[in-house]
Amino acid sequence: MRNIRTVAANTFREAVRDRVLYNLVFFALLMMGAAILVGQISIGIEQDVIVSLGLTAISVIGILIAVFLGVALVSKEMDKRTLYALLAKPVKRWEFLLGKFFGLVMTLTVNTAAMAAGLYLALWTVKHPLLKSDAYILVAVYLILLKLAVIVALALLFSCFTTPFLAILFSAGIYVAGLFAADLRTVKGVDLDSGSLRLMRGISYLLPNFQNFNVMGAVVHGRGVPGVFVWQATLYALVYIAIILTGAAVVFSRRNLK
Amino acid sequence: MGMPQGAIEIEHLSKEYPYGFLHLKKKKSLEDLTMRVEDGEVFGFLGPNGAGKSTTIKLLMRLIFPTAGTARILGKPIDDVSMHGSIGYLPEQPYFYDYLTAHEVLDYFARFHRLTANDRSARVAAMLKKVGLDTAKKIQLRKYSKGMLQRVGLAQAILHDPRVVVLDEPMSGLDPLGRREVRDIILELKREGRTVLFSTHVLSDAEMLCDRVGVIVGGKLRGIGAPGDLVDMKAQGMEILFELSGSAGSLPLLEKATRTGERYRVQLPETELYSTLDALKSAGARILSVAQIKPTLEEYFMHLVETDRAQASAVEVSGT
Repeated sequence: MRNIRTVAANTFREAVRDRVLYNLVFFALLMMGAAILVGQISIGIEQDVIVSLGLTAISVIGILIAVFLGVALVSKEMDKRTLYALLAKPVKRWEFLLGKFFGLVMTLTVNTAAMAAGLYLALWTVKHPLLKSDAYILVAVYLILLKLAVIVALALLFSCFTTPFLAILFSAGIYVAGLFAADLRTVKGVDLDSGSLRLMRGISYLLPNFQNFNVMGAVVHGRGVPGVFVWQATLYALVYIAIILTGAAVVFSRRNLK
Repeated sequence: MGMPQGAIEIEHLSKEYPYGFLHLKKKKSLEDLTMRVEDGEVFGFLGPNGAGKSTTIKLLMRLIFPTAGTARILGKPIDDVSMHGSIGYLPEQPYFYDYLTAHEVLDYFARFHRLTANDRSARVAAMLKKVGLDTAKKIQLRKYSKGMLQRVGLAQAILHDPRVVVLDEPMSGLDPLGRREVRDIILELKREGRTVLFSTHVLSDAEMLCDRVGVIVGGKLRGIGAPGDLVDMKAQGMEILFELSGSAGSLPLLEKATRTGERYRVQLPETELYSTLDALKSAGARILSVAQIKPTLEEYFMHLVETDRAQASAVEVSGT
């Protein structure tokens, strides 16, 4: 545990010093601009616009960081050979991987929390006081964070066996496919034989179902999210991440470093 | 009773790299290496670039995996990561997290060893002083020169008091002062009874530091023993460095001399030394130095490489 914590803390420090958190400035400007604009052009839908724009920005910025930094976590260390000295210490390769994973998730948590605070601030400027139902935004933010953790795990897995460019392509591809995982399961009216349909259904269960983390529609309109939905999404993310990271550890433990 | 345990024991270690389309072809990087490094000895691993030195070291550090063979360090198989607490490793041309300072990177590495916070802090400070980075400890590594990074690498390798230290080209990138400091550190490690394995292609380093050396060429171990036994160190001739100004161009010797300004360098058999010195003196030359020409390891390598190639082509011709 101690080794994982040490690697994670260093990964977080790297992200901070590499100015990853500077994206918050962009987010802040976006939110400020939106708040000012919404006040002028929309009547009665300020909340909807601010919340949907804010959550979308949190998600998109988070996905970009998760994919690009997630892939770089291991590939950069291999490329620059910073890993060599580290692996000669009493550190197991899987400990290094988990440390990297938790370090980036920690970075994303801080980043997402800061963006969520910015979103609330923007919301407060267009309507105050804030209502109890506005707390549902936090649930949406939490689910986005779970989604980001799954993406980091995927990016880490791909970077363990392929080039950074392909790893980014694969991660982004799986993300897009994962958005439609539920649709693949229920596909109807397509002229396919039963074998192909079964294959498609099988693939859909392998893909991460990112719709499990999407509650934006409900939250934007101030509707609540059932607790059971949140628990199920949490469990789903944890199991999925555990499987992906186990795969990554298996691949990485046999990887020859050039 | 069996043989006493060596610090590093390598048995039939081989490494092949697949290459080409579909990775169907294989290149042998290391072939059937068997050797041992005794406890407390300084062992030099010599060979030209691409000979298999780094491959062997990376195999020992478990950065790459062997195609065949095994190795043990301090009696434990190399895939036992717990053994890494007793070994130190300096990678070739080391590179560290450039957003960290030297102090931070050493503190980071020290955390993987079971040290108390006080012990960690004392050791990091001592190491920075030892490798001469005390005054630069708060500068981020992105601003470090290659030589300074090499020093950081050395510091992290010996930070935790390891019993076995493996250094991959420890002198590379260092200025003469830095090389001397590294030599001193290696000698200090030896005095402390630690085992040191280091790779180099500079014979003078090996001569000065090593109890024994192993020479590897083309992935195969070609010789192992004390440096003096390995290369015939008899002088192969003499070299005279002298200054000659004015119109002294009539000396026949000058035809085979290399000239830099008014300085000349000439190589000749030892039997001609005194007559040449007399001739130079009569011509009004100022003798700057007279030195023996000893075979360099480079020449030794060239000989081994040429032998290696000759053998390979002989095999090709005979079709066996």
